[in-house]
Amino acid sequence: MAAPLGLHLEFGGGAELLFDGVKNHHVALPGQSDPWDMKQLLAWIRGNMLKERPELFMQGDTVRPGILVLINDADWELMGELEYQLQDQDNVVFISTLHGG
Amino acid sequence: MCQVEEDYNGLECKQEKIPVPTLDRKCVKCKEGTAALIIRVSDAFCRSCFKEYFIHKFRAMLGKNRVIFPQEKVLLAVSGGAASCSMLSQVIEGLSRDAPKKLRFLPGIIYIDDGGACGRSQEERQRSVDQLKSIFTHTGFPYFIVPLEQVFVLPSSVLVPVTPDPDPSSPSYKHAVDQYIREHKLAEEDEPSAAARLRVEDSYPPEHKLALESLFSSLNTLTAKEDMLHTLRQHLILHVARENGFSKVMMGESCSRLAVKLLSNIALGRGAALASDTGFSDPRFGDVGIVRPMRDYSSKEIAAYCRMFDVPSVFIPGLETRTPDKASVQRLTEAFITNLQAEFPSTVSTIYRTSEKLHTVKPSESEHSEPASRCLLCVCALDTCVDKASAFHATLLSEQLSQIKLQDVSHDALRCAETQDASHDALRCTETQCCGTGGCSSNRVPAHQDLKTLLCYSCRLTIKDMGSVATLPAYITAEAERRRKRSLMKKEISEYLLEDAD
Repeated sequence: MAAPLGLHLEFGGGAELLFDGVKNHHVALPGQSDPWDMKQLLAWIRGNMLKERPELFMQGDTVRPGILVLINDADWELMGELEYQLQDQDNVVFISTLHGG
Repeated sequence: MCQVEEDYNGLECKQEKIPVPTLDRKCVKCKEGTAALIIRVSDAFCRSCFKEYFIHKFRAMLGKNRVIFPQEKVLLAVSGGAASCSMLSQVIEGLSRDAPKKLRFLPGIIYIDDGGACGRSQEERQRSVDQLKSIFTHTGFPYFIVPLEQVFVLPSSVLVPVTPDPDPSSPSYKHAVDQYIREHKLAEEDEPSAAARLRVEDSYPPEHKLALESLFSSLNTLTAKEDMLHTLRQHLILHVARENGFSKVMMGESCSRLAVKLLSNIALGRGAALASDTGFSDPRFGDVGIVRPMRDYSSKEIAAYCRMFDVPSVFIPGLETRTPDKASVQRLTEAFITNLQAEFPSTVSTIYRTSEKLHTVKPSESEHSEPASRCLLCVCALDTCVDKASAFHATLLSEQLSQIKLQDVSHDALRCAETQDASHDALRCTETQCCGTGGCSSNRVPAHQDLKTLLCYSCRLTIKDMGSVATLPAYITAEAERRRKRSLMKKEISEYLLEDAD
């Protein structure tokens, strides 16, 4: 049983428009049997936070290409992408690099 | 500068075949720091090496191309986005260096507020402008904040291409640098107080706001809107640059952006202008050169740099914001390339390398090319003076034939279409139509057809998409009228002119 997690999520480069224009979010993930990984976090964001147009943020069960993801200021490609197991107080940043956000 | 190339080529050779994602990868450059960002397939850089690499690349780009001379006034086109704001930060960085490595040009900043074309409210626009102002003021550079509505007060001279005076006194970069160093020793105290010349032109009458709205609503597709916005923005930047004596304009287009531009421009029929649309330097305006110093950076590098090193930027929604992938040709191309890039990480760089190899074939008579041979809107050399057996003429003929049935003037128009001269067919065709009936009054409303003859293939398509060309800003229609009259007059006096020797 994994303990509940507190995360700091940040959206930028236009991605914030899909979240009511708010850039910084402090979220609490409930405790669950398996540890939280990025894949579950993205599903959770889609279910609980995305206000509109999920296709502009997600593609399948990952983020849309063109959105840069940094976990604790490091490229998520270095951290195992969807398999990365989130730790309490992690800082996850999503920056859209697409034209017009 | 060759050292740079060697450096990075060396790195590329060391690429591992299969990137293994591990949590504790080391930087490929210093082999010590913990990797923070993957730049190319398996090149992971640590924070400090990434910063060094990013800064170096900007200087290398300017050093390699040697187009910006010491003491030259350079206008930085900043949109508020990550790419142009990181360009601004690199310029600030370069100017703050110690003597030998210092960049020596005089920067100014321009922001074109296109909110009026994108349907943003006055308050939203004001908020963005205020945010940008605080960034710009902080730099100490003179800046211009120009609302797009200003296109309605542009003079038509903007569209007249100026050939750069072949000044024999400033031929080489090296010469200019030497001269600068000499002069600088003489007059060290002659530092221009750049910040003293702040000027903001952020007012416009409400009728211009309405005119801009009707201009953009008369364009039917997002593709044409984006194209028109780009054209008008270029004209405004050019005008401000000329008015204030800037001889270079820096655009912050990244290589990801340019890859999209390259492919979408081909789709839009701008193949003939690709080299100047996407190359490092764009000489089309003659006296004001456009340079793209960010064209070596991917949008990922830029976004990561801005985030890691706190480069201030302002997100400003544009025409493409929150539109689906298929909303426009440009948007679709972007989606295509970014999706491909996710699977095949060398997509963007491959397209980008291709764009580097493109060159414009100069038409033989380019030395004395007249204004009429340039496109009215994009100011590129007209690509419509081509051989009769070309895709362009095939399209034109089929368009004319399809219009004949509609207007039911089959015989005249058909004859006109058939007897076209290889080079000036379209021009003559319209002239026989509108002037054959004696209609040469000066206050005519310009028709689609009149404009078309002055445009390149791609701009014709954009104009074709317009409901009414009457919504175009006055400087465009005035210049179109001037060129039309000029070509008419030339035709009238042609029989009295001596033929060119060849």
